Amino acid sequence: MSSNRSKPHGLLAEFHTAADIFEAAIRCRDAGFTKWDVYTPFPIHGMDEAMGLRKSPVGWFTFCGGFTGFFTGMTMIWYMNKFDYPLVVGGKPLFTPLFAFPVSYEMTILLSAFGTLFGMFFLNKLPRFHNPLFKNERFKKSTDDRFFICIEAADPKFGLEATRAFLTEKCHASVVELVED
Amino acid sequence: MANPAKPAAVRAPEPPAELVREPLVLNNRPLGWITDAIAGVCEKPMPVWWWPAFIVSFGGMVTMFSLIAYLVSTGVGVWGLNQPADWAWDITNFVFWIGIGHAGTLISAVLFLLRQKWRTSVNRAAEAMTIFAVACAGIFPVFHTGRVWFALLPGYLFPAPNANEIWPQFRSPLLWDVFAVSTYGTVSLLFWYVGLIPDLATLRDRAKGWLRRFLYGIFSLGWTGSNRHWSNYEKAYLLLAGLSTPLVLSVHSIVSFDFAVSVVPGWHTTIFPPYFVAGAIFSGFGMVLTLLIPLRSLFKLEDVITLRHVELMCKVLLATGSIVGYAYGMEFFIAWYGGSPYELYAFKNRAFGPYWWSYWAMISCNVISPHFFWFKKLRTSVVFVWIVSIFVNIGMWFERFVIIVTSLHRDYLPSSWGYFTPSWVDVMTFVGSFGLFMTLFLLFIRFLPVIAISEVKGVTPQADPHHPLGGAKGHH
Repeated sequence: MSSNRSKPHGLLAEFHTAADIFEAAIRCRDAGFTKWDVYTPFPIHGMDEAMGLRKSPVGWFTFCGGFTGFFTGMTMIWYMNKFDYPLVVGGKPLFTPLFAFPVSYEMTILLSAFGTLFGMFFLNKLPRFHNPLFKNERFKKSTDDRFFICIEAADPKFGLEATRAFLTEKCHASVVELVED
Repeated sequence: MANPAKPAAVRAPEPPAELVREPLVLNNRPLGWITDAIAGVCEKPMPVWWWPAFIVSFGGMVTMFSLIAYLVSTGVGVWGLNQPADWAWDITNFVFWIGIGHAGTLISAVLFLLRQKWRTSVNRAAEAMTIFAVACAGIFPVFHTGRVWFALLPGYLFPAPNANEIWPQFRSPLLWDVFAVSTYGTVSLLFWYVGLIPDLATLRDRAKGWLRRFLYGIFSLGWTGSNRHWSNYEKAYLLLAGLSTPLVLSVHSIVSFDFAVSVVPGWHTTIFPPYFVAGAIFSGFGMVLTLLIPLRSLFKLEDVITLRHVELMCKVLLATGSIVGYAYGMEFFIAWYGGSPYELYAFKNRAFGPYWWSYWAMISCNVISPHFFWFKKLRTSVVFVWIVSIFVNIGMWFERFVIIVTSLHRDYLPSSWGYFTPSWVDVMTFVGSFGLFMTLFLLFIRFLPVIAISEVKGVTPQADPHHPLGGAKGHH
């Protein structure tokens, strides 16, 4: 691991309780860091505000999916049953949005769901199988019962010793380790 | 301020008395315990009972697929249905299975929107049940067409023109059903998978062997638990819940349109959509209890799926069972009040005609059995609840049988009346579908976390940064 000494990815700080990481996140936000993140085994209530994150824009992807779905459904049924091969069945109209509604409704939900899922993947840049943090053994606990903050070396305010001191003394991290890229 | 490291504590410290609320995870288990208890189920070798259960289920599944091969190669005549009952066990089984699916979506989506935190212990298994039930359901309408290649190929189910360039007919509820059920299956799968991603990452990080690490690694997509990710993830989860809620209500409404839009006496009623949805949730919760009561005791998960969870699900059974009972009564009232002699006859025939036994089996299982749950003593007796849940499953199968067969076998013209009897192929195909369902469920237990690990952690007091157990210092 350390044989090919590359540039550091960032400093990884470990915490033991939800309250500790919550406090630490507020301090990191107030210290003006930009390239940093909190890693927790479950979403912590209020953490978005503590980190100063904007509201998630996933909803726009959902809306676009749903909009596409509804109009695809309506257009498809109009095209098939009225335009391309009109066929009178039971004396009913060739097209009305009424009988086309159930199918268009289901298509709305289907494409909204796909929009939501792939929108979330897109915004989170997932799948991402290579991540420098995975090299750290302690970090495996981030999906179990430990909480981490990683301040990246790419952050303009990052300084190896200063940030380490900040995480240990100001944020009260229990362990701070350097993660290499 | 930093807490001294105390890994692998058996109990977290007791909270002050004024903050005690009925907990969702009993005995104040710490977060690491939750991971170990749940992930441990699919990491350790399966207990001895798993193998015989799997072999029997697998045998059932093979039986079902063999009989389907027999049906396709011979013709639908191997089933007992014929004029006038052209739909019988096939569509009964379809509605039965699709109904069971509804509890999974109700727990995962509707209870999520209602902020019912207790759902976190049961939603994973219930969603799995939904997907497997929809898979079982899909088989019957596909294969009841006999020559499936005509049904699956263009012209009937898929929106593509048939050999005469004619498109499918979108005025038919049967086609709405195709879209409803396939959307339902797909969205349930997406919702389930989104919920699984953080837990798959947990399994990846705990995996010992390279194969497990590789596979869980692939499916967890490189999840790290980053809060920037959680922020989008939670929004996506909320939106999927919001989408699944109208979806689940629409699916069984549309299934009921298969009947209600026709002019068959006993089917042509406006009460069908809400009555079918309530019945679906009733049957689904019955199946959730049937599966989870043994699961929690066999895998020692009583601290996570607590007696309170069982009790709350019994209350759902009581509520939806009462709606179903009301609908049965209202159907009779409208049959009389509507003044149509055919409609009235259809209902008299249900209760006192040649299929009286199926009607009264339905009434005793669905109308009487949920009312035991008015009593807390009975709601909290797991053995009793388990037995009643079986009766609910039986009763709801009979409900669909009653609706379908008793309405069809005698309609307007007495000269074309008949009596349906199932063939052995009917019976064994249905029995075999339980084999498919249980095979999938046992594989789910074997390879995936049966409880949503990250969600259960999220509802513990340790997860709350403002709770003493979450490490908050409080004001001195």
